[in-house]
Amino acid sequence: MRMSDEFTLKISGTPKPEGESVYLGNAAMAGEHPSSASAPVYLGKTPEGAEPVAEPSPAVLASAAEMPEEEAPVAEPAAAEAVYSAAETEGGAPEGAPDKKKKEKTPLSKMEKKILWKDRFNRYKAWLYLLPALVILAVFTVWPIINTLRIAFLENYSGLASIGGETFAVGFRNFENVVHFPSFLTCLGNTMLLTVITVPISTMLALLIAVGLNSIKFLRRIFQTIFFLPYVTNAIAIGMVFMAMFNMIMVSPTVPPHSYGLINTIIRAFGGKEINWVNAGSSYWANMAVLIIYIVWNALPFKILVLLGGLQSVNKQYYEAARVDGASRFRIFWRITVPLLSPMIAYVVITGFIGGFKEYTSIVGIFGETMGPAGADGRLNTMVGLIYDSLEDDFMGMASAASLILFLIIFAVTMVNLYVSKKKVHY
Amino acid sequence: MKVVLEHLTKIFPSRNKKDKNAEVIAVNDFNLEIPDGKLIGLLGPSGCGKSTTLFMISGLQAPTGGKIYFGDDDVTKLAPENRGIGLVFQNYALYPHMTVQQNILFPLQNLKGENRLSKEEMLNRANEVAKLVQIDEYMNRKPSELSGGQQQRVAIARALVKMPRVLLLDEPLSNLDARLRLQTREEIRRIQRDTGITTIFVTHDQEEAMSISDFIVVMKLGVIMQTGKPQWVYDDPANLFVAKFLGAPPINMFTGKVQDGVLYLGEEGVLEVPGVEDQEVFVGIRPEGFISNPEGRLSCKVTGIDVMGRDISVVSKHENSINPLVRSIISADEIKNVSGEIARFDLKPHKVFLFHKDTEARIHFGDQIAAHEEMVAAMAAEGQGYVVHEGPLPREQDDKEKENRASEQPKGPFAKLKSRLGKKNKPAAAEAPAAPEASAEAPAEKAEDAPVPEERDGETK
Repeated sequence: MRMSDEFTLKISGTPKPEGESVYLGNAAMAGEHPSSASAPVYLGKTPEGAEPVAEPSPAVLASAAEMPEEEAPVAEPAAAEAVYSAAETEGGAPEGAPDKKKKEKTPLSKMEKKILWKDRFNRYKAWLYLLPALVILAVFTVWPIINTLRIAFLENYSGLASIGGETFAVGFRNFENVVHFPSFLTCLGNTMLLTVITVPISTMLALLIAVGLNSIKFLRRIFQTIFFLPYVTNAIAIGMVFMAMFNMIMVSPTVPPHSYGLINTIIRAFGGKEINWVNAGSSYWANMAVLIIYIVWNALPFKILVLLGGLQSVNKQYYEAARVDGASRFRIFWRITVPLLSPMIAYVVITGFIGGFKEYTSIVGIFGETMGPAGADGRLNTMVGLIYDSLEDDFMGMASAASLILFLIIFAVTMVNLYVSKKKVHY
Repeated sequence: MKVVLEHLTKIFPSRNKKDKNAEVIAVNDFNLEIPDGKLIGLLGPSGCGKSTTLFMISGLQAPTGGKIYFGDDDVTKLAPENRGIGLVFQNYALYPHMTVQQNILFPLQNLKGENRLSKEEMLNRANEVAKLVQIDEYMNRKPSELSGGQQQRVAIARALVKMPRVLLLDEPLSNLDARLRLQTREEIRRIQRDTGITTIFVTHDQEEAMSISDFIVVMKLGVIMQTGKPQWVYDDPANLFVAKFLGAPPINMFTGKVQDGVLYLGEEGVLEVPGVEDQEVFVGIRPEGFISNPEGRLSCKVTGIDVMGRDISVVSKHENSINPLVRSIISADEIKNVSGEIARFDLKPHKVFLFHKDTEARIHFGDQIAAHEEMVAAMAAEGQGYVVHEGPLPREQDDKEKENRASEQPKGPFAKLKSRLGKKNKPAAAEAPAAPEASAEAPAEKAEDAPVPEERDGETK
C-alpha cells in the first residue's frame, strides 16, 4: 500500500460530514476504493448491512485522483470481495442504475480508472456545461467591451476596415470631443430629464396597479393582460401609433389644422384648445410630455409583473395582524406593504434607471430618426442617440468614448441607488 | 370581559359550488360562556375547528350563523379593529421590517380621535408592556434577531399594548422547542394573571392546555365534547373521545361487558360496577388506575417493564385490549409483585370509565355517580355551565365517510399517502368489531355532509 498513514487516520478519525460528500449515490463504488480497505468506512455494519454508512472523505478521493493510474495500489482482495458481496446482496437496488452494477463487476484496475476519470469529470463538468454560453459571451460580449475600451483611445478607427492608430496615441482627445460636441449637453439633459421624471412616476403607478390587481378577483385576468400588452408589442410600432394619436395635420402654421389625432379630438370634445404635440412648431415640453407618457406606459408591465410577484409572496398573516391592530388601509399600504415590497421596489427602480439612461427607441418611434419634430432636428436626442450619430458619421473613437461616459454615469447612479437601498430596504 | 358564543357555526363552502357534499362544517352550533378574567383553552385534534372559532371571535372570519357577545355587546358584525381584541398568531406575524419597539407601538399609532395618545404616552405604554413580558432589553432589535420565545413575547406585548378586552392566542407555543414551551406557558399564565384579561387560547397539546387553563373546552369536528376544569375533565370524561384525548400516557381501552353488576374483561370479572345494567361496554382504564396485586383479578401478559425512577410502567398484552399494548403505571416498590409472564392487577374504581357501546357516552357507576353530581354542582357555582355533547358522536360517520372516499378515489398524486395517513389517524376503537350497524345506517344521509378532516385542517388556517 502506498497510502500514507495520514489518510488512513483521517478516514477513521473523521466522523462523516454529510454535506461534503463528493460521491453522492456512488457510495458503493467509493467503498471499493483501495484506501477504504484499510479504513473502517462501513461504520460498525456487516457487509450484509449493504448500506455503506459512511463515504470516504473528499481528501481521500482527491488523493486517488492525483495518483497516477498505473501506480494505483491493488486493494486487499478480502475487503474487495466483502464489498462485492455487499453489492450483490443488495437485491433491492434501484433499477435506474444498471451500469453501476456493471462497473462493480469489472476488474478492479478498470474500476480504479473509472473512479479517477469520474472524479476528474465531476470536478470540471460544471465548466463543460458552461462552455457554450462562455464562448458566446466571450465573442459577443467580453471582446466588444474590451474593444470599446481600446477604440475609445484610438484615432481614425474604421469599424469595417479595422484601421486605427496606436492605442493611447490620442489620449483622452475622443472624450474631449464628445464633451465639446455641440449636442452633448442637449443629449445629456434630455436623458437625465426623462429618467428622473419617468422612473418615479412609473414605479409609483406600477405599485398602485399591482396592489389593485392583487386585491381584485373579478376581471383580474383581463386587466393583467391589458397591462402586460405593451410588454409584447414592438417599440417602434407603438411609437408610430403614439405619433398618430398625438398628430395634428397642418398645411402651414398660419392656417388652422384640418385633421386631428385621437388625443386632440378628445381635448376638443371637452372644449379645450388643441395642442400641437409632435408636429412642426410644437414646443419642447409638449414633445417631452408625449415622451414621458410613452415611456411610463411602456415601462409599466415589467414593473407590475415584478411587484405583483412580490405582493403575492407576502405572508397574508401580516395583513391580518395589521387589521386586528386597527391599521387603516392607507397605513397598511405605507407601513406594511411598501416596506415588505422594498426589495422588489429597489430592483425595479435600479433597472428603471438603467433602462432610462438607455432611452432611444421611444424617440425614434415617435419622432423618427431626426430625433425631434420637423424643424427642430436633434432637439430630443439622448446619449444613446449621440452614440449612434457618431457611429453613422464613422467617428468610432468618439462613439466608444460616449459609450464609456454613459457607462460611467449609469455606474455612478446605480452605486448611489444601491447605497440608498442598503439603508432603506428591508431584506 | 365575559365572552358568550351562541350557536356559532362556520361552514366553508366547497370550491365547486354545485357539489354540496364537499362543504365543510368547521364549527357546528357552538355554545359557550367564558367567564370574565379566565384563561380558557380550546383543545382538540387538528381540524376540529378550534382555530376557526378563535378567528371568528377575532372577527377575521365571519361566522355563517350564531352570535358573539363581549359582555353585553353583540360584536358579531363588528370589524376586528373595533372589537378590542389582541390576537397572537401561531407564527407570531411580527412585522419583520420594524424593530421590537415599532412592532409594539404599531397598534397604538393606529388609534384615532380621542383614543390617540401622545408620543410620550405611547412610549410609556410600550415600555410598560415590554417590561411585563420581559423583553424591554431588546426594544431596538428586529424580530429576526430574537429567539422564538422572545418573538413570542413580543407578539404578546403587541397584542396587549392596546389593552384589549379579550386576548386570543392561536397555538402560541407550537413553534417553540420543548424547554421554551414549558417556560413560555408559565409566562403566559403569569401575564394573564397580572393583567386579568379574559384569554382564549387554542392548542392541540392536551398537556399544555391542562397545565395553564382555568377551563378547557375539548372539541371534535366543530362540536364541543366537554368543558370544565382540566382536572375535572380528566377525572370525569363525558365520553370515549374525551377520555382517549386527555392523558399521557393515553388511557387503556378494552372491550368488556357488564353482567350482574360485575365488569368482565373476557372471562375475568375484574370490578364491581353497581348500578349498571347488563350490556356490552367500552372500558377505559387510566394507566395509574392499576394496583399491582399477586392475587389481582385482572391478568395481563407482560411484555416489558419500563423503569421511570419513582414509578415503573408495566407494558403488557390483554386479549380484550383495543390498543396493542396495555400500559399500567405502578409504584416502583411494587415491582416485586410483577414477576414471570403474567401480571395481576386490581383496579381503582374511580380510574375506570365505562362507555356505552353505541353512543360512546359515559356510564357512571357506584361512587362515580355522586362524584359526577358534585362536579356539576361545583361548575355551576363557578358560573360555568356544564356543557357536554349529547347524542351520537360524529366520529363513526366520519370514519365511514373516510373509508368511502378512500375506496372511491384511489387516484390522485397523494392518494397513497393520504390513505396511509388516514389509517394511522383512525381511532383504535373503530377497528374493533363493534361498529354498530343500526346507528351507522341511520345517519347515512348525514354522513354525506360530513367533512373530511384533512381538508378541513387546511381550510381553517
